[in-house]
Amino acid sequence: MAAFVRRADLDFLLFDWLDAEGLTGRARFADHGRETFAAALDTAEAIAARHFQPHNRKADIEEPRLENGRVVVVPEAKAALDAFREAGFFAMEAAPEAGGMALPHLVAQACFGVFDAANIATASYPLLTIAAANLIESFGSDDQKRRYLPAMRAGRFFGTMALTEPQAGSSLGDVRTTATPAGDGTWRIKGGKIFISGGEHELSDNIVHLVLCRIAGAPPGPKGLSLMLVSKYAVGDDGSLGRRNDVALGGLIHKMGWRGTTSTVLNFGERDACVAELVGEPGRGLAQMFQMMNEARIGVGLGAAMLGHAGYLAALDYARTRPQGRPADAKDVTRPQVAIVEHADVRRMLLAQKAYSEGAMALCLYAARLVDDSRTLPDADARAHAHRLLDVLTPIVKAWPAEWCLEANKLAIQVHGGYGFTREYPVEQFYRDNRLNPIHEGTNGIQALDLLGRKVTMQDGAALADLLARIDATAARAAAEPALQDMAGALDAAARRLDRVTQAARAAMAGGRAGAALANASAYLDLAGHTVVAWLWLDQTLAALRLPDGPLPRGKRAACRWFFRWELPKCAHWADLVEQLDGSVGETDPDWL
Amino acid sequence: MKVLVAVKRVVDYNVKIRVKADKTGVETANVKMSMNPFDEIGVEEAVRLKEAGVATEIVAVSLGVPQCQETIRTALAMGADRGILVETDQVLEPLAVAKLLKAVVEKEQPGLVVLGKQAIDDDANQTGQMLAALLGWPQATFASKLAIDGDKADVTREVDGGLETIRIPLPAIVTTDLRLNEPRYASLPNIMKAKKKPIETVKPADLGVDPAPRLVTLKVEEPAKRQAGIKVKTVAELVDKLKTEARVI
Ligand SMILES: Cc1cc2nc3c(=O)[nH]c(=O)nc-3n(C[C@H](O)[C@H](O)[C@H](O)COP(=O)(O)OP(=O)(O)OC[C@H]3O[C@@H](n4cnc5c(N)ncnc54)[C@H](O)[C@@H]3O)c2cc1C
Repeated sequence: MAAFVRRADLDFLLFDWLDAEGLTGRARFADHGRETFAAALDTAEAIAARHFQPHNRKADIEEPRLENGRVVVVPEAKAALDAFREAGFFAMEAAPEAGGMALPHLVAQACFGVFDAANIATASYPLLTIAAANLIESFGSDDQKRRYLPAMRAGRFFGTMALTEPQAGSSLGDVRTTATPAGDGTWRIKGGKIFISGGEHELSDNIVHLVLCRIAGAPPGPKGLSLMLVSKYAVGDDGSLGRRNDVALGGLIHKMGWRGTTSTVLNFGERDACVAELVGEPGRGLAQMFQMMNEARIGVGLGAAMLGHAGYLAALDYARTRPQGRPADAKDVTRPQVAIVEHADVRRMLLAQKAYSEGAMALCLYAARLVDDSRTLPDADARAHAHRLLDVLTPIVKAWPAEWCLEANKLAIQVHGGYGFTREYPVEQFYRDNRLNPIHEGTNGIQALDLLGRKVTMQDGAALADLLARIDATAARAAAEPALQDMAGALDAAARRLDRVTQAARAAMAGGRAGAALANASAYLDLAGHTVVAWLWLDQTLAALRLPDGPLPRGKRAACRWFFRWELPKCAHWADLVEQLDGSVGETDPDWL
Repeated sequence: MKVLVAVKRVVDYNVKIRVKADKTGVETANVKMSMNPFDEIGVEEAVRLKEAGVATEIVAVSLGVPQCQETIRTALAMGADRGILVETDQVLEPLAVAKLLKAVVEKEQPGLVVLGKQAIDDDANQTGQMLAALLGWPQATFASKLAIDGDKADVTREVDGGLETIRIPLPAIVTTDLRLNEPRYASLPNIMKAKKKPIETVKPADLGVDPAPRLVTLKVEEPAKRQAGIKVKTVAELVDKLKTEARVI
């Protein structure tokens, strides 16, 4: 079995490119050094290798099932999560007073990525738990923080995000689950949720559901939604677990991939006795959720990137050891076969996977570093600047890895030929697992609308201007390097084109043609995504120039060059569609399909 | 009782080893390094002794380049109390390591020294034995079970054909085998605690030892590549091949 993560690639991104060590200059991270970051990654790698990766396939084949009303998950998942818990990963970013390690978000994400690459389905339980805990920490009452947070940071309680309902998937404003006051400060909720990940299992002592619902009488639409905490078991003041709450498992959902995570239908209040607590302010449920969205979406993007990476490593290992055929120009049929990595077309597929997956890892870790900057830069303006940049990048951070690392996984199968289509090799599972990422946490279609309809227009386009300024700075630095001059020019041209296209689309939207512009939003997302990733590839390659010569810096340059020659030119086509408000989609009547 | 554990920085066991082009050794530049797995078992055993109230202090000792500090930090994060780095850029052979450790032991006066039975880079399996000889201490090598009973240690050893349990007086040398225990991970809170634990650095000269190599490496080569297997059609063909090609029957 090939390695699922290549540590040298992560180390390069963290230490040689994103200057993780520089973060130790900030008060919050002053106790850290490169050695503590590296040690955390070492432990993540060791636990992922020993406990997560070995049951990745088993959990796929032995999907969670119901037995006498109880959800059965492969036992290895619990052992893995116990090891994750004992090592302190649930609290990796929490302050030392809260039992945490106060890791920067950048390093914490890198650690998490190691678990994603090993077993994304088992890693989802802590992902959701950490996200739910962060919400409670940001918006919960002191009492809620006291009763739920320590147990979640210690990994004894797991969390869920219960948003989706049958009629409210992309359109969360249509959520119907209803909360009514019980008179004692708590609420009773009633309604059905679907697709809730980790909604039922026995991997933890308790499950804390964060449920999006509407307080009876609240206005329709997103502004009427509130966030309620529903604990599977009542939690006493002393932290003791009491009576089981009125949350019933309606059923398990059987999926194409990501099978180790239970996907549940949950019925709240079948007996009108589902006790809930309001988190934050009434009517602010969706807004509170969205405040945490930037981070959640980095998590999704990174998961996609790491699946792309794992698939790439498997394909690379296979291509180096599978003998087949002879060089295209070889005449002698009796000479031994060569490893398929010798064939240019196989190298093309490997380069593509490398460019997509390492480009996506760079994108997500860059965004994670912006999270740190938005929290810990000393200057308030600089923090706001980082936050704005993160806002505009977020739809790309979520959607680009999901789209292109799925493509990478497709190529990983292709490199394996027929063997890749079998369950003897891991790549078909990576593909199926990764197929979720364009769908959940806001579909890629919704991300495209968010990017073009909101993010690049907000504050009169200030966020896009910030982004373009950073792209220009990289292009200018690359222009001074003889080896990178061509690419510097190409990046600059792509940035100018993105700018012009955006202005044209904004003008159309302001002039009453929003529908025509947004009909091309997915082309805009591709255009912006590819431009951003080209920028980050050139920026990475600049950092690689400073390394001693060897396969890593050479590989970075090769993948960068490939991306600029084979991928970036696609932007011209996407730009045309948006700029011309192409009507081929928008003007097609549903009846004609 | 004070316990001293020796921890060696080696190429990580997951790394595919590559021989240097000039055949003078294996490639270690840009290669992931970590603690010798047998030494991890040694640290774990010492920490368990401390948790059981038998050991009072654990000192982790590493010898070699400055980066061996990282290996000591790992030991500290697993539960050792302090570290000693004997710093040198010299290539260290088992005899030199044993002499240096002897000097450290004389200074620290531990009741027990735990080493890995071998390091996964050179597989020499000599250091513990040499150290015992130099100190004139009893030794129990290849330990799969260790129990301290007052000033004695009962050690179960993995020997050819089974297990042997011996009782030795302390102070003594114990070298670890794979089944002694399953080492813990360095947990995140303990990584932070380890940062504050002291590491003392000394040079071989401070210990009065000349660590210069006594052996000359002629060349290092890859093991011969395994030939791909074939499928035989009949038993007769198999027997024939075993006779004529493999020449084993
Ligand atoms: C494995 C899995 C795990 C999940 N985990 C969770 C979870 O833990 N918690 C949770 O709350 N939810 C979860 N979900 C639900 C997930 O977030 C939704 O499936 C997703 O938001 C899409 O909603 P939907 O399935 O109803 O699709 P729909 O919203 O019906 O979308 C169908 C298609 O129409 C498109 N579309 C919809 N509206 C628009 C529009 N306005 N403009 C343009 N295109 C549009 C979409 O892009 C999509 O292509 C999970 C889903 C899966 C499959």
